[in-house]
Amino acid sequence: MDLQVPEQEASFRDEVRTFLEENLTDEIREAGKMVTSVFSPVKEAMAWQTILNDKGWAAPHWPKEFGGTGWSVTQRAIFAEELVRAETPPLVPMGLHMCGPCLIGCGTQEQQKEYLPKILSGEHFWCQGYSEPGAGSDLASLKTFAEKDGDDYIINGTKIWTTYAHHANKMFALVRTRKDGKPQQGITFLLLDMDLPGISIEPIVGLDEVPEQCQVFFDNVRVPQKNRVGEENDGWTVAKYLLTFERGGQEYAPSLHVQLEKIKMMASRQQTVFGSLQDDPVWQYKLAQLEADVLALEFTEMRIKSALSAGKDPGALSSMTKILGTELLQAITELRLETLGAQATIWQPQALVPGDEQPIIGPEYALTAMPHYLNSRACSIYGGSNEVQRGIIAKAVLGL
Amino acid sequence: MNFQLSEEQQMLADSAKRFVRDNSNVETHRQNKKLMPLNEMTWQQLAELGWLAVPFEEEHGGMGMGPLETMVLLEALGEGLIMSPYIATVVLGGGFLRRADAGTQAKTIPALIEGRLQLAFAAEEYERVFSLENTTLQGVVKGDDVVLNGTKASVMNGDQADLLVVLARTAGQPGDQQGLSLFLVDANAEGIERVPHRMVDGRQGAEIRFADVSVSQAECIGELNKGYDVAKAVLQEGLLALSAESVGSMSVLLDDTVEYTKTRKQFGVSISKFQVLQFRMTDMFIAMEQTRSLLLASTLKYVEGHADADKAVHAMKAQLGRAGRKIAQEAIQIHGGMGMTDELGVGHFVKRLTAADGLFGNADVHLREMVKPA
Ligand SMILES: Cc1cc2nc3c(=O)[nH]c(=O)nc-3n(C[C@H](O)[C@H](O)[C@H](O)COP(=O)(O)OP(=O)(O)OC[C@H]3O[C@@H](n4cnc5c(N)ncnc54)[C@H](O)[C@@H]3O)c2cc1C
Repeated sequence: MDLQVPEQEASFRDEVRTFLEENLTDEIREAGKMVTSVFSPVKEAMAWQTILNDKGWAAPHWPKEFGGTGWSVTQRAIFAEELVRAETPPLVPMGLHMCGPCLIGCGTQEQQKEYLPKILSGEHFWCQGYSEPGAGSDLASLKTFAEKDGDDYIINGTKIWTTYAHHANKMFALVRTRKDGKPQQGITFLLLDMDLPGISIEPIVGLDEVPEQCQVFFDNVRVPQKNRVGEENDGWTVAKYLLTFERGGQEYAPSLHVQLEKIKMMASRQQTVFGSLQDDPVWQYKLAQLEADVLALEFTEMRIKSALSAGKDPGALSSMTKILGTELLQAITELRLETLGAQATIWQPQALVPGDEQPIIGPEYALTAMPHYLNSRACSIYGGSNEVQRGIIAKAVLGL
Repeated sequence: MNFQLSEEQQMLADSAKRFVRDNSNVETHRQNKKLMPLNEMTWQQLAELGWLAVPFEEEHGGMGMGPLETMVLLEALGEGLIMSPYIATVVLGGGFLRRADAGTQAKTIPALIEGRLQLAFAAEEYERVFSLENTTLQGVVKGDDVVLNGTKASVMNGDQADLLVVLARTAGQPGDQQGLSLFLVDANAEGIERVPHRMVDGRQGAEIRFADVSVSQAECIGELNKGYDVAKAVLQEGLLALSAESVGSMSVLLDDTVEYTKTRKQFGVSISKFQVLQFRMTDMFIAMEQTRSLLLASTLKYVEGHADADKAVHAMKAQLGRAGRKIAQEAIQIHGGMGMTDELGVGHFVKRLTAADGLFGNADVHLREMVKPA
């Protein structure tokens, strides 16, 4: 066992850095610095995706034949780290990280040919239509119904919390196609256009006053059956394929490290009567706890990568990272509030909108603290709430 | 020992609760997405109900009550989403006016009670971890005047205030209690520039810049260079009021969360049946009751002038921060996606608790103060 970085990986890092330096525009950098959510501002994120795609780097996690890069696990990690370090806006995940992999695993060749290139190019902007008002954690209880009619399905029902539905031109959705039997076995995975007659979209304003999620209503919406991915009533399998595909794919530690560095800068600017807050033992103690936790998470994530590199199943470790990553992020946004005190209570969400010309009130670095704190509360709710995640570990790992 | 409300206090609590029931409304509150002028109607209602008169002497038209009644009133108001500059104008501003000279009192307090005068306490500064001693805004004595230079930050009600109480350093270094002075300044005086902004909890505030603002020494509240004790006393009354309001908000978050879990069904049962959520709501309840206890402890010790009153007030403000955050976070988490929306009251009460922690020193600041050698 060792921590040596092979020569070719170090030079790969340089290659990525050079690329970032040469290709990141000011607008994209600016947007990246202002991100307070896992969901970036759309325009800048898509501009960035276009630049990456031109280089062939939009989806390093995809198999090479579908437009991936063919990089090793370590190279992918280096790439992800460098993106985070340069504070690029995260790419919008619904196409690249959710729908794409489902199509790669379960789509027909025709579907793959039709959709995957457009996911990479950004021509198709996808949203994820899973959750419903009555089906959150208990996703399998979803009710939006797709009734067969000739070559089509006719859809009625509603989806909620659909991130960026108001920006999307495509949705991948789970719909019910059978009412009897086990709930999981009556669900079908469908692809549909957002401009179909009968679809209406209502944005939902969040705590940060940004309409990020939406409710989507379906009133006799006609979707061709050829837009089905996988078999009818087998959509649950398609949706679950994603878990296999992305196992260990999500890395939290690099971005948490960056956030901690920024907090140190902020603390060094805050004066107490004894010196800067960075020199204050109470503050240092809190920082140290988080640094220890993030270091541990970094190595948990490295253990996963190491197992994957060796072709092994990382098993239990990868189930932990969602819980750890999201809760550490939340704790870091708290330390940032604590570092900034009353400065973080100044509320100017409009200043986070890229291109806003109004002068920022207070230190610029304080601007994102409160919106990010509030927005990050969602991380332990979406993607399987952390209660549900703990339940999964208890059952699957501890055998309880 | 007696923790029962007097008949008068009970009436105050009842009428405030009634007011909240009749006037608090998430939809109206949500419209507050822009900087808005003071809601004169609400403020006049508060004046007519006599609540602006609570802490003032009867000779000025006041009710002659004190921090206990303020506590009762604000805890009840804290259960609603009624945004008023009560703490800034009545508790903090009024607290300073009550300690000003007789002439100033006669001129200002009746107008305040009638709802015609707004105040703000300009204390916080950018990049200074809050404490009174950490003040740097400069005041230089020039003959009969003092010239103020510097910037105050996150001033609650700073945009609406007619009069500002400015905490300035007229001698000594940051860290010294000596050398702090308080000035009552016309908010529209020459050299003052105000940059209004919203605050996260829906209140309004301002950055206030002072460029060679001349104030007569006669406008000094208390003695020049000896403003610390007055500032501390008024600040403590402000912290107690903020804490009372927060306890009210905590109780709403708890009630709303418990209620929500009873109606929300997943996996065929009410989510209130999940033990993990039950335990966490129980912890929310415990945190809230501990806060209520400290609110009583600190308010009573302050009113009765106990030797450990300072420590109790710091403990209270620290508890407000810690318990407030815990209760807020759990309320959101247990509501799931619904908790993240602007549509429910939950988020708005969460923001209030979060702001209350940040203002006038957060939990860390006050825990440090508790252990600071005297
Ligand atoms: C910011 C954000 C973005 C989202 N984006 C999308 C999207 O693009 N597409 C999409 O389809 N969905 C999306 N969602 C929805 C998300 O997947 C759901 O919010 C999530 O599944 C939780 O469901 P719920 O909100 O209905 O909460 P509920 O399921 O009602 O849960 C409420 C509370 O009960 C707890 N709970 C539930 N079941 C149990 C149990 N068995 N044991 C213990 N505790 C339990 C939960 O952990 C939670 O604390 C998004 C949500 C958010 C907040």
